[in-house]
Amino acid sequence: MSKILFKEQLSESVYKMKLEAPLIAEERSAGQFIILQIDEELGERIPLTIADADAVEGSITIIFQVVGATTELLAQLNEGDDIPVLVGPLGTPTHIKNYGKVVCVGGGIGVAPLHPIAQALKAAGNEVVIIMGARNKDLIIMETEMRNIADELIICTDDGSYGRKDLVTAPLKELCERSPKPDYVIAIGPPIMMKFCAETTRPYEVHTEVSLNTIMVDGTGMCGGCRVNVGKEVKFVCVHGPEFDAHLVDFDNMMARLNSYKDIEHEHTCRLHGHAH
Amino acid sequence: MSFIAPETIQEQAVELLHQYIHNHQSLKAKERMQIPSQEMPNQDPHIRRHNLEEVALGYTPEEARLEAMRCLDCKKKPCMDGCPVQIDIPGFILKIADGNFQEAVDIIKQTSLLPSICGRVCPQETQCQETCTVGIGHKNVDKAVAIGRLERFVADWERNQGAMKIPEVKPETGKKVAVIGSGPAGLVVAADVRREGHHVTVFEAFHKLGGVMRYGIPEFRLPNEIVDQEIDTLKKMGVEIKTNFVVGRTRKLADLIDKDGYDAVFVGTGAGLPLFMGIEGEDLVGVFSANEYLTRANLMRAFDRKNSDTPMYPSKVVAVLGAGNVAMDAARMALRLGAEKVYVIYRRTEVEMPARKEEVLHAKEEGVDFHFLENVKRIMGNEKKRVNAIECLRYELGEPDDSGRRRPVVIPNSEFTIEVDTVIVAIGNGSNPLIHQTTPQIDTNKWGNVTVNDKQKSSMDKVFAGGDIVLGAATVILAMGEGRKAAAAINEMLEEA
Ligand SMILES: Cc1cc2nc3c(=O)[nH]c(=O)nc-3n(C[C@H](O)[C@H](O)[C@H](O)COP(=O)(O)OP(=O)(O)OC[C@H]3O[C@@H](n4cnc5c(N)ncnc54)[C@H](O)[C@@H]3O)c2cc1C
Ligand SMILES: Cc1cc2nc3c(=O)[nH]c(=O)nc-3n(C[C@H](O)[C@H](O)[C@H](O)COP(=O)(O)OP(=O)(O)OC[C@H]3O[C@@H](n4cnc5c(N)ncnc54)[C@H](O)[C@@H]3O)c2cc1C
Ligand code: SF4
Ligand code: SF4
Ligand code: FES
Repeated sequence: MSKILFKEQLSESVYKMKLEAPLIAEERSAGQFIILQIDEELGERIPLTIADADAVEGSITIIFQVVGATTELLAQLNEGDDIPVLVGPLGTPTHIKNYGKVVCVGGGIGVAPLHPIAQALKAAGNEVVIIMGARNKDLIIMETEMRNIADELIICTDDGSYGRKDLVTAPLKELCERSPKPDYVIAIGPPIMMKFCAETTRPYEVHTEVSLNTIMVDGTGMCGGCRVNVGKEVKFVCVHGPEFDAHLVDFDNMMARLNSYKDIEHEHTCRLHGHAH
Repeated sequence: MSFIAPETIQEQAVELLHQYIHNHQSLKAKERMQIPSQEMPNQDPHIRRHNLEEVALGYTPEEARLEAMRCLDCKKKPCMDGCPVQIDIPGFILKIADGNFQEAVDIIKQTSLLPSICGRVCPQETQCQETCTVGIGHKNVDKAVAIGRLERFVADWERNQGAMKIPEVKPETGKKVAVIGSGPAGLVVAADVRREGHHVTVFEAFHKLGGVMRYGIPEFRLPNEIVDQEIDTLKKMGVEIKTNFVVGRTRKLADLIDKDGYDAVFVGTGAGLPLFMGIEGEDLVGVFSANEYLTRANLMRAFDRKNSDTPMYPSKVVAVLGAGNVAMDAARMALRLGAEKVYVIYRRTEVEMPARKEEVLHAKEEGVDFHFLENVKRIMGNEKKRVNAIECLRYELGEPDDSGRRRPVVIPNSEFTIEVDTVIVAIGNGSNPLIHQTTPQIDTNKWGNVTVNDKQKSSMDKVFAGGDIVLGAATVILAMGEGRKAAAAINEMLEEA
């Protein structure tokens, strides 16, 4: 059980919430996530990254985009409400060290999970370049927070309504062509974006990490629902990840698996709207 | 054996019992051997394949007493040797024959804490019933005294009386014990340690308690209500419970001891990572581990399609790979979730199937289609990467191997395909990596199982372990047995301290 301490709407479909979770706040590291459920009996378990944490206050911050039934119901909760199931921190923390020059690429809601990692990389002494991309200006989140960390911040929008009119891969390629090229790249966003970031850095042999957002159930390595092909091996995102070497991930398979329940999820959301309206 | 209506079984039992009731204590062995074994009354297969209600309905008092009268009260009690926790089997059975059900339960509870569960899920035909003299006399293990059914009967009887006794708890000692995992191993440790007056906290990663008994074994075999009742007893004994708490992540195991002041820790985290076959196409959409399939259906209640938010893949034709209890549960759950056809594919023959016999029989009655001496070579998919068929190979039995079992040998060029839209892989589990990953101090073997001494003590100071995390995937009763041993060692350690 966890109380919502604070709620803010960041853009049309993106919300930020601070949750009471003293133990998680104390233990978590960058790159880790929680699983929550908004109904203990019949609710779905959904994973969300810990975007920030305050061990003194005993709180964690989540930032989520409304994409389906559970995130929609979550967005309807308010300050003071309880989230009945909250478990974490899960996943293996990001391997933080001083790589030298790093590039952090965040697409859409991916900026939220990227934030604590960029923060930790900066604290470890890296030169941090941040690329943020979104479909349009309204969907850019956490610009101030990221600007505070970045040595250089590049914003791209698909429609040119803010920053460069480009996909994130364009500035990423430029950075790889510069000398010295980046020592380390981390990209978090929609699978298709992560896939193309991997393809962008591959010819330059720049080590690239991605944080995968597969479907999950337990989050403790018991079900195998989160499995992905990494190189020749099958890995479980919840315990072996969520971060993997982007150049080894089979993104096409991952994307197909993410769509496993597409038709049913759609039904659920419709049902929700049926109730709500 | 074909399905017999419960009413018929009961009518016959009442009539027969009438014959024996007056002189049952003086019946000769030969006469006892003539009492027919009592069938378990079950739900009609045509009806039950569409519902989640328990399949086996349980004996009536008449059926139970009659079955109990078949026991010969053997001097050497061979049945007890077959029971991993050595319940005084003839002791409790004689009480049932007398109609003294409360005393029967009391005898069982001296050794086993979860009789309503073990009576339902123990593989009796390879344990207590395998060595029963009556079965041996009939040259048929199916004719052994139905020890498990009798155990279940009295445990249920007690529950239905509403007279579940809450075990006595000794005065508080001020010592604290952490139990990690709420499967059968953990629950037993919690009860046994709490009885001595130590404070007990059970930490469970999930939002619900019971381990595999909750998320793995379906309600049609083990209703949640029964697991709930056992947990309720623990709560009444004053055991503290913390759900949504992953030891290793939410808090390090070592911190429980060093920072939180626990005097002992029991690790009962169960089996972990589901194994896959490593064949082509296993990454297609529509391929599930049995763990995922059953967890969605059971724990996340996805069988309740209308109300549960957790989706279930819309399967019409399902292939289950494997032949253990897990495979049977997945196959029968798939039927209940609306699959029109369910195949079980197994490389060996029915005789070698590791599943409980009763589950195989029930699966057959419900219409599961068994393919023996066949194995899947690869899984095939369509352009959307969704499963649409499996390619199989046929096998024949070759020479016996070291264990005396005839080894299945592939028949060359015997490939054929079966159209399916879902594949459920139920070939077992590896070890749970979480404790090992986050607690490097604890020794594990090459399979990742925690290594313990004969008192369930691990390499780490004050830390004990038992159940599947030690044994690999085993059984409820073995997990319980290890829990009992660990609890005894913990109690002993705390007494000396
Ligand atoms: C480790 C991890 C960290 C994550 N962190 C965040 C985060 O910080 N913020 C955030 O907004 N989201 C995050 N996600 C994604 C988030 O879990 C999903 O958006 C959420 O589960 C959707 O649930 P729903 O019931 O609202 O939508 P559903 O109805 O379940 O799904 C709606 C649509 O979204 C797609 N979808 C389903 N699951 C996922 C998924 N896991 N990722 C992407 N698309 C999905 C489906 O194809 C479906 O069409 C994370 C996922 C993982 C695995
Ligand atoms: C589908 C299925 C059917 C089966 N059928 C039978 C049968 O008919 N008969 C039989 O005898 N056996 C059967 N078994 C096997 C039996 O269920 C197991 O052997 C038994 O449950 C093992 O008990 P356990 O206490 O060791 O662990 P489990 O029952 O696995 O419980 C472990 C618990 O620990 C929790 N946990 C794990 N890691 C952590 C952590 N880090 N922190 C906190 N909690 C954690 C888990 O969530 C889980 O609740 C079956 C198993 C399955 C999967
Ligand atoms: S616990 Fe299991 S093995 Fe022992 S008597 Fe009961 S059913 Fe048989
Ligand atoms: S072996 Fe069979 S007949 Fe003999 S005491 Fe045990 S249950 Fe009774
Ligand atoms: S979510 Fe179940 S194994 Fe990863």
